[in-house]
Amino acid sequence: MGYTAWILLTASLVGLSCGLIGVFLILRKMAMMADAISHTVLLGIVMAFLVTRELSGGHMLIGAIMAGLLTALLVQWFHSLGVQQDASIGVVFTTLFAVGVILISTKVGNAHLDVKHALMGEITFVPWNLVSLPWIGEIPEATFILSLVLAIVLLSILIFYKEWKITSFDPALAASLGIPVVLMHYLFMSLVSITTVAAFDAVGAIMVVAMLITPAAAAYMWTDRLSVMLLLSGTFGVFSAFVGYYVAVWLDTSISASMAFATGLVFMISFLCSPKHGLLAKYIRPFMVPSE
Amino acid sequence: MIAFLSINAQWVLFSTMILGMASGMIGTLAYWKRQSLMSDALSHAALPGVVIAFAILGVKNLSLMIGGAVISALLGALLIQWIRSSSRVKEDTAMGMILSVFFGLGIMLLTIVNRTAGGNQSGLDAFIFGQAASMIRTDLYMMLFLAFLVILVVFIGFKEWKLYLFDPEFAKGLGLSTRWMDNLYLGVLVLVIVIGIQAVGVILMSALLIIPAVSARYWTHSFKWMIMLSAFFGGASGMFGTLISTLGKGWPTGPFIVVSSSALFIISLLFGAQKGLLIKAVQFQMQKKELTQSWSANAVLKEGE
Repeated sequence: MGYTAWILLTASLVGLSCGLIGVFLILRKMAMMADAISHTVLLGIVMAFLVTRELSGGHMLIGAIMAGLLTALLVQWFHSLGVQQDASIGVVFTTLFAVGVILISTKVGNAHLDVKHALMGEITFVPWNLVSLPWIGEIPEATFILSLVLAIVLLSILIFYKEWKITSFDPALAASLGIPVVLMHYLFMSLVSITTVAAFDAVGAIMVVAMLITPAAAAYMWTDRLSVMLLLSGTFGVFSAFVGYYVAVWLDTSISASMAFATGLVFMISFLCSPKHGLLAKYIRPFMVPSE
Repeated sequence: MIAFLSINAQWVLFSTMILGMASGMIGTLAYWKRQSLMSDALSHAALPGVVIAFAILGVKNLSLMIGGAVISALLGALLIQWIRSSSRVKEDTAMGMILSVFFGLGIMLLTIVNRTAGGNQSGLDAFIFGQAASMIRTDLYMMLFLAFLVILVVFIGFKEWKLYLFDPEFAKGLGLSTRWMDNLYLGVLVLVIVIGIQAVGVILMSALLIIPAVSARYWTHSFKWMIMLSAFFGGASGMFGTLISTLGKGWPTGPFIVVSSSALFIISLLFGAQKGLLIKAVQFQMQKKELTQSWSANAVLKEGE
């Protein structure tokens, strides 16, 4: 496979896995939690690097899951101590992110990890960092990890589909049916963390928020069915990845940033033109003749 | 320690302190409006404006960049408002989207500007993490002026702010225009964010608005004292953070300011006079003691019957 093909494949994997996870983020009203986790994942990666002194995918994943869960726990803890929910998110993630940035700029500096990389991702370098696997041959490490994460995400959505659906729409009902709501919450937080860290290498800490939230919000404008929303969101994610890549090549700019921007365009189009909940439809509908 | 610093460094120190005070005060307003994360969205949304202003002029000119930042942050705020009110997307989703998409646009433009503008771009990267030491004197004057303006607005309208935040219905009854106050609130919020960006950076600016206010909440129930304390915490963290960041070469200011304010937050959390963990534990023990005493007294009475 050529250079462009690898980049497109990696970007599509990011779009797909983020799009799927994003649907549940939106339905559970935890969009800003995604923002928080995408920032704190940086600390997890830096800590993993400081402990092991190497940037390997496995260590980074473990560090990121720990950082993500720590964020979720701390936010919950401060909230139980009487801090408003969004203020406690704000306190936790800015602090942990600041610690991460300080560690990078004082301890790690100029190693393989730098702040800019962490913010914007380096999808252009992805095809050069290869791992060799049995049967398949050599493929880029980021692509391999992303496929793994996508498999985990898909598997947990398929296995627990009913549980996710009920806990997202009606947690009280879920609890009364005996579904472990708290466990599902932290399982979900772990999924968000691993998706974020896998996408981190490719698109960076902040653009991953765009990939997580925006395609799902766009899909939310088109449908009321969870299964359709999941499909649409994944499609929008992949579509934005492609559009973003070609726009970036055309303007010669950062690929991850233009992917984030492309998700914004997709949302804007859905926001205006969706026949169900779109803005134009709202204006046009009163003038239409009722079908019955 | 301050005497060892150069004149310019003293000026920088003074400005970050005043900036911290202004953002601590506005942060208290945002806290009670339950819009802490709005500041995060708006500070990210300011990036494209800064870059476009730079691209138009080709040199770093603070007043124009502040203008650009204000426009793009306000545009972000309007879009959030619009998406929230005219579709079924919730506010936090709208904020997350505006935050990341605007930041993406900003990085796109920044990459292009960095490529075309040549060597003159060094000042621009400072907007992401803040580099207070790189600010020149005229920039500092401008920042100080705007920060004082914000502080003044809070002081003069103190009574109105209080009414607006805690009893909007009553405020309306008194003839205070909520719409006007909304606009004024958004105005000072954006202004503080925008002047803070150069010292703290777009990513961490929200911390300076959120953390001091939350810390102050642990010490007092009075709105007046909360504003004062929050200003004090903000000013102190601005100063400490800047001092620490001058110790190393090329250390960004923003993260150090944030970590200083977090340290103050942890102290408040533990030892705060109103809701701190220590005072709560002591109260809990005392109540337990009282209860057990009254119980045992009851038990004695019962046995005596």
